[in-house]
Amino acid sequence: MSYSDKVIDHYSNPKNVGTLDKSKKNVGTGLVGAPECGDVMRLQIEVDEATGVISDAKFKTFGCGSAIASSSLATEWLKGKSVEEALTIDNMTIVEELSLPPVKIHCSVLAEDAIKAAINDYRKKQGLEELVFEERIH
Amino acid sequence: MLKLPIYLDNNATTPMDPRVLEAMIPYFTEHFGNAASRNHPFGWEAEEAVDYAREQVAKLIGSDPKEIIFTSGATEGDNLAIKGVYEMYASKGNHIITVVTEHKAVLDTCKHIEKLGGEVTYLPVAADGLIDLKQLEAAIKPTTILISVMYANNEVGVIQPVREISTIARKHGVLFFTDATQAAGKIPVDVNKDGIDLLTFSAHKMYGPKGVGALYVRRKNPRVKVTAQMDGGGHERGMRSGTLNVPGIVGFGQACELCRLEMEEESKRISKLRDKLENALLQIEESYVNGNREHRLPHVTNISFKYVEGEGLMMGFNKNIALSSGSACTSASLEPSYVLKALGLGDDLAHSSLRFGLGRFTTEEQIDYTIEQVKNTVLKLREMSPLWEMYKEGIDLNSIEWAAH
Repeated sequence: MSYSDKVIDHYSNPKNVGTLDKSKKNVGTGLVGAPECGDVMRLQIEVDEATGVISDAKFKTFGCGSAIASSSLATEWLKGKSVEEALTIDNMTIVEELSLPPVKIHCSVLAEDAIKAAINDYRKKQGLEELVFEERIH
Repeated sequence: MLKLPIYLDNNATTPMDPRVLEAMIPYFTEHFGNAASRNHPFGWEAEEAVDYAREQVAKLIGSDPKEIIFTSGATEGDNLAIKGVYEMYASKGNHIITVVTEHKAVLDTCKHIEKLGGEVTYLPVAADGLIDLKQLEAAIKPTTILISVMYANNEVGVIQPVREISTIARKHGVLFFTDATQAAGKIPVDVNKDGIDLLTFSAHKMYGPKGVGALYVRRKNPRVKVTAQMDGGGHERGMRSGTLNVPGIVGFGQACELCRLEMEEESKRISKLRDKLENALLQIEESYVNGNREHRLPHVTNISFKYVEGEGLMMGFNKNIALSSGSACTSASLEPSYVLKALGLGDDLAHSSLRFGLGRFTTEEQIDYTIEQVKNTVLKLREMSPLWEMYKEGIDLNSIEWAAH
């Protein structure tokens, strides 16, 4: 199986690799996947509390090239979006952008889950109710 | 100048030796006869070439040429040996013993036998990949007709105690079949010294062409028979019908001869390179060799690099270095290697493994390049790995409730 150029580019030059300060109230962290399944993604957002806009996003991913690319792309898309807008990022948009083959769709699902988990963590820290998402089968 | 890409997947297949190709060429065009055409020179030439190749093949494994049945490869050999024995010895029993780390060609054939009403025992292996001989002996019952244990494993290269296994088989009057696809041509294999009753191997794993292999079937002490799995002209002593692949067989014979003559020196050279590669990669923190390192093929090493995923790791260099991973990120099941799991590796370590298969044409320069590339990529991906960060922070990864998906 060969990778698309965009996947290769994100893999070779990943955007926003790193760690944000988890103890900060305006940082939300999402950790999804499992080592047994061969991929774990940690996605973090830092939100400007005054405007509700995501000012920074970082990721670290254990997984294949598509998983790394999906999370790298997600962080790029998150920056500058409001938390509400971020919730509209759909895994299929990631699939299309990266031209992921069917066997790699789960990587994009994982990225979407990571975004939602990070937002929920942020909401929790802000004293807001956690959002309930539809269960999906990966 | 180093020529890229580098091929380090010699357990999957090997490039053909130019000397093998040279031997084959006349048998495509000039000497194209059917070896079964008994009444004209075209047939005689082909038959003569097949006879010669049969001797070359037999010599590699210390058998009589009459005991060699040409097949299309090891998968066919596995099927013919197991199904053929099961049918031929049905009056004696219906129980087969094999091992969980066998190749799919053996395991799936055994599954088929179970569907036919046969009984199969799948022996586990220890953490080093070796079977427990006491467990093997204890599994034998009055209905046992066959023990099927591979000579050496394709993923980790671990060599099973073949002589001890055959001694046990003999003691209990059970036939012993071994899939020697990875071992033949790489390490000394002798059907008489090793006490083997049936053995299969394939040309393309030993610098020969694809699509040809052999099944050795013992003729004396005891005389072994298998029921043919294909009906037809009764070629190969009635055990395998089908017009012989003469050029393929000629190439196979030549490949066997080269291996027999060059094995000793070649394995010394390759194992030295393998050790260099292995020792250098083991200097990376949290990297582990999978399988027994002593009882192992000279050209293989299987290493897990904890906290990085195998496929992601390969992507760092797979344009330039061809090898394979125990990670199964591409398979729909997302299941990592069943062989590594049978060795007791957690799924995480199985996902993190790479198999390096060196070969006749591997050079030191290629190994040096590989060491550098793999090292760099592991370090780079660890910087990107949340698991590595947690490990460095002293967090026990087992204490985290992972969301299985």
